[in-house]
Amino acid sequence: MLVKGLPASPGIVIGKAFVLKSEALTIPKYKISSKNVASEIKRYVDALASTRAELAEIQRKVEEEMGESCPDIFSAHLLILDDPVLRENTIKTMEKDNINAEYAVSQVLDKIGKTFSHIEDNYLRERAQDFKDVGRRILKNLMGKKEETLANLRDKVIIVAHDLAPSETAQMDKDKVLGFATDVGGRTSHTAIMARSLTIPAVVGMRDITQRVKSGETIVLDGYDGVTVVNPQKNTLERYLRKQERLVVLEKKLDKLKKTPAQTIDGHKIALLANIELPKEVELLDRYGAEGVGLYRTEFFFLNRRDIPSEEEQFQAYKYAAERVSPLPIVIRTLDLGGDKFASVLETPKEINPFLGWRAIRFCLARPDVFKAQLRAILRASVYGKVSIMYPLISTLQELRQANKILNEVKKELKKEKKPFSKDVKIGAMIETPSAAITSDLLAEEVDFFSIGTNDLIQYSMAVDRINEKIAYLYQPASPAVLRFIKHIVDSGHRKGIKIAICGEIAGDIQLTMLLLGLGVDELSMGPVAIPGVKQIIRSVTIEEAKKITEKALSFDSAEKIMSYLKSVKEPLKLLYQTQSKN
Amino acid sequence: MIEKSLKIKHKWGLHARPAGRFIRLTNKFTSEVYLEKNGEKANAKSILEILSLALEYGSPVKIIVNGKDEKDALKTIEDFLSEEGD
Repeated sequence: MLVKGLPASPGIVIGKAFVLKSEALTIPKYKISSKNVASEIKRYVDALASTRAELAEIQRKVEEEMGESCPDIFSAHLLILDDPVLRENTIKTMEKDNINAEYAVSQVLDKIGKTFSHIEDNYLRERAQDFKDVGRRILKNLMGKKEETLANLRDKVIIVAHDLAPSETAQMDKDKVLGFATDVGGRTSHTAIMARSLTIPAVVGMRDITQRVKSGETIVLDGYDGVTVVNPQKNTLERYLRKQERLVVLEKKLDKLKKTPAQTIDGHKIALLANIELPKEVELLDRYGAEGVGLYRTEFFFLNRRDIPSEEEQFQAYKYAAERVSPLPIVIRTLDLGGDKFASVLETPKEINPFLGWRAIRFCLARPDVFKAQLRAILRASVYGKVSIMYPLISTLQELRQANKILNEVKKELKKEKKPFSKDVKIGAMIETPSAAITSDLLAEEVDFFSIGTNDLIQYSMAVDRINEKIAYLYQPASPAVLRFIKHIVDSGHRKGIKIAICGEIAGDIQLTMLLLGLGVDELSMGPVAIPGVKQIIRSVTIEEAKKITEKALSFDSAEKIMSYLKSVKEPLKLLYQTQSKN
Repeated sequence: MIEKSLKIKHKWGLHARPAGRFIRLTNKFTSEVYLEKNGEKANAKSILEILSLALEYGSPVKIIVNGKDEKDALKTIEDFLSEEGD
């Protein structure tokens, strides 16, 4: 049985499933004689204490794992656990009704839960989740049941779960985890981000994978194509084993390319950089031979937490990343919240059309307090490495000028406060909207570089919602419309003498490397694991050849024709395997 | 027992992040502390009750404090609710 989802972290694994289920609790109900009420109350108070210890232990593990930038994930849990109303009402119920602790606490929890469900507020809904979690933990402690956790995995398994919370993954023994498969989540969900940073294959958003697999069943998880096969047939299993083997061999071969430059046979260089999300991911640069960070996403900071990160906290993280990446460059993208991701603390209104709404630079320009704190933090970190700043989702020249104006204000403030920052911080604009693409000649006057965010550019230029399967056929990176946009951006940028980078998914797609090379892109920034493959393609052609192929490809009238032409002249996969014959 | 009525000035209201800070603050006092909105009374030391009161910017509330340190408590709570927040 094949289950489709979203590829969240690359790699192929085959193994036994471990289904993490939150089983429904059956609450016992029995009478307590008056003389035993006191000891029943003590049992309840003890359960509260055990729950507190449990939470403290998980928090400690998370801190150990994530270091300084660790969010305090349990502050709300603890407030709820220590809540006087919860505590007193439960005790009162026990005394009044001579009833056992489990039943009393579940009654009180239900009652409070109902009040919560009536409140319409994102933050509160999240708290309702915390509240349920706390309640569950108290009940389990009362009933002497262990919370099913990832803490004591004995064998290597593929973890199948509805979703994974930081509190769950923090406890897990990473060496025992082959992969992750979840019902919900997208590329930026906790599971996806964590899987990528640990380089563990993951497929997310499979809707009901937890219903379709039982613990112990064999599954194949393909983190490249975003699919899972449950109880594979012999031939399917063999096919994946072969694919896996090929990839292992390939990886070893490509590993040897780590220290070689990304240049064509005739010496044309193109920089290959890494997209990262967590400060910790800088460790992957060396492993895959990245020449720096082309996109450091800063949203992670703002998500999964209860407050707006302070300038100081951001400074520490940016400084850490800049220092670790130095002397290589790092491009820090300013806050790109909105669309599908929003921090609950920023209290933004719900929108009918979020991808066209108040997001990214639009949000930052309206909230100069948030924007300035981030710019200050980045500038201050710039003395510790080679830092660039880029603004996401620029739509007009005016927005870009306004952003630069705020940046200059911030610089003046820092000067006044005698806080040092580098004079060489380069400024870039992300080109993701058709309006920015078509006016890129104007925008180029105001910045040092462009970075084409192709995921959004494709979405906006084709007017296609990426999540909607019915119109997925429109999401074509190689469609003539998209390629013409990219060509226009590259050409108008180059005319003004600025560098052009691409930081969308297509930068790491070996099927398209030839095209991007031929279009004259200067830098490609991608998930670090994709770098060796892209490098091999680049090293297998001359720039003249790539230009000719691209010119011809652009003359076709559909994405299908373009793709099949590209395959017919230089099959990317064959190029990859050439490494084997050479060695 | 002392009481005082005012309007919430905190621009995020008293849901979300300020609520947690508020609870930690009220729990520092030995006095009983309540907030009352439109006749609904909530224990101001309980995050659950305070959140369910859904206090927003501009909401009228009555602070009711009863206990030994009631004066200090009232002053501190009043200051907190009158802050504009960040």
